[in-house]
Amino acid sequence: MTINAPNSTDTPMLPLGPHPRIVTHAFDAPGIDQLEVYRAHGGYEALAKALRDLQPEQLAEEVKASGLRGRGGAGFATGVKWGFLPKESARPRYLCVNADESEPGTFKDRMIMEVSPHQVVEGTILAAYATRVRHAFIYVRGELPWAYRQVERAVREAYEAGLLGRNILGSGYDLEITVHPGAGAYICGEESALLESLEGKRGYPRLKPPFPAVVGLYGGPTVINNLETVASLPAIVRLGAATYAQYGTEKSKGTRVYCLSGHVERPGNYELPLGTPLRTLIEDFGGGVWRGKKLKAIIPGGSSTPFLTPEQIDTPLDFESIAAAGSMLGSAGVVVLDEDTCIVGAVLRMTEFYRDESCGKCTPCREGTYWLVQLLERLEKGHGKESDIDLLDDICDNIAGKSFCPLGDAATSSIVSSIRLWRDEYIHHVRAHACLVGPGASRQHDEVAM
Amino acid sequence: MISDEVKAQMREIAARYPQPRSAMLPCLHLAQQTEGYITSEGAQAVAEAIGARVDEVESVVSFYSMYTTKPLGAQVIKVCTSVSCYLRGADALLARLEERLGVKKGETTPDGRFTLDMIECLAACGMAPVLQVNGEFVENVTPERADVLLDRLERGEGVGDLGSRWRLTEQGGFTTAGSMESGNGVKGEPAKENS
Repeated sequence: MTINAPNSTDTPMLPLGPHPRIVTHAFDAPGIDQLEVYRAHGGYEALAKALRDLQPEQLAEEVKASGLRGRGGAGFATGVKWGFLPKESARPRYLCVNADESEPGTFKDRMIMEVSPHQVVEGTILAAYATRVRHAFIYVRGELPWAYRQVERAVREAYEAGLLGRNILGSGYDLEITVHPGAGAYICGEESALLESLEGKRGYPRLKPPFPAVVGLYGGPTVINNLETVASLPAIVRLGAATYAQYGTEKSKGTRVYCLSGHVERPGNYELPLGTPLRTLIEDFGGGVWRGKKLKAIIPGGSSTPFLTPEQIDTPLDFESIAAAGSMLGSAGVVVLDEDTCIVGAVLRMTEFYRDESCGKCTPCREGTYWLVQLLERLEKGHGKESDIDLLDDICDNIAGKSFCPLGDAATSSIVSSIRLWRDEYIHHVRAHACLVGPGASRQHDEVAM
Repeated sequence: MISDEVKAQMREIAARYPQPRSAMLPCLHLAQQTEGYITSEGAQAVAEAIGARVDEVESVVSFYSMYTTKPLGAQVIKVCTSVSCYLRGADALLARLEERLGVKKGETTPDGRFTLDMIECLAACGMAPVLQVNGEFVENVTPERADVLLDRLERGEGVGDLGSRWRLTEQGGFTTAGSMESGNGVKGEPAKENS
């Protein structure tokens, strides 16, 4: 197999080669989840270096210089986000690490926690030190018990080794980490809902402003970072921001763990520099569309992001390029759909997710997602009307931008983009009472109660 | 029954947080683990441990999908049906399990051994289709492999080596695919990574 290294021709001087594993460094080392093995691979060296050589502000500057942007979905510059915390505050300040991974198509944070939990702990300590936080929380999705136990054990071992608690490594810096389990609610990945959940309440999003940096957990200034974001910090400190920033594009620096799933030969987590073309990920690393099929559609950043078409396969996977192509890099969950996939069926399944996970707080999202599913189901089963297609668009217009939090917007992405790109296929369902492709094309459609 | 020991554990969890009410979710997990589901006694014990009202506890219980107020089977099988698993045969897997167990999703077998249900995206999309047995992952579950799994579960052997282990592929990616091949008597198409 040949791998077309996207950076190999234009930037031949890359210090760690074209495809370094920076975040997933040593993930293949047996026992890397154990403290001693993690240390043998350079673990906690970044922490020692930061506590010894850097003031918190200097560490934050280093992270700013690295260009690291949040890996949860929004892609906000991490160092800049930290800077939003007020210098002084009456209430204690907190760090929450968001490991409530549940965006369909995304499975990187779970892997990082299961494989290298000490890296999670080290990254959390670094983020907390940079923000002068004395109590950090790691909010782990409830459905990931093994990830939770791994991180909890790593925290316990870190306390015993003097890497957590009072006077860490003799630096005078004190930090407590509490590992917290979720209990089944996608909405708690939204940062303000996460805070509500962490305060022991239903996971309803909060009105912003005030933003969590000003009024967050228990009313104190709070920074919320995605798990992959904090897991990137040890390598950035160890390698230096300049080395890290040599990877990626001008505005999207470093590497990302791309989660490749769907109809490809070799799905999996691939850490690649930002700006790697979709084609390289899907064809060179993922082995191409499975079973020799043709490509139909790509979801580039989890199910909350609009579809891309086969013609867009050369789009680089960075925040700016994917946005320019009409979608979002989101959580870097790349889902591939082959030519035999009924687009209406796939969109129906994605929309059912948002209906089930809508928290119910605001009307557009709660009622809108319900009716979207009703209409999509009717169309998919061959009982829809052509006016249903415009009605879908209309409902989406009444949800997106008009809901309390981004979940509503997310629910509309696949619908609006699929109608724009494959309207003919929707119309075919109405006229032929069957799917255009896939098993639903040949068989009689199920009866559906009208 | 929630013993004094469990109540003490709940108070210990509450002490980890700046405000005890933050221990709501972990204490509810403990109550459910202890009694199999959230009973009124369990909700009461949580309320006392964290200094909340019982109705506040109940409002949280009804919000989060992992809590149940009804008893479940001894082995709870949850099949992911979200998009990546849907694209790789999750519905066929669920149908196969419904057929084998003789129950529909959301139901428990009459002997109380199994509960079958669906679940939203489990963060295992690259190893689709996936399911969990009492929270433990089994990935790349073709209908044929589901049969092997059920045979084992019926013999009370647990998931064992059908469970997931991450590994690095030749292409430099990470997957748990292929780990089922190391199991005993596992049939079905080998994972593409190995072919």
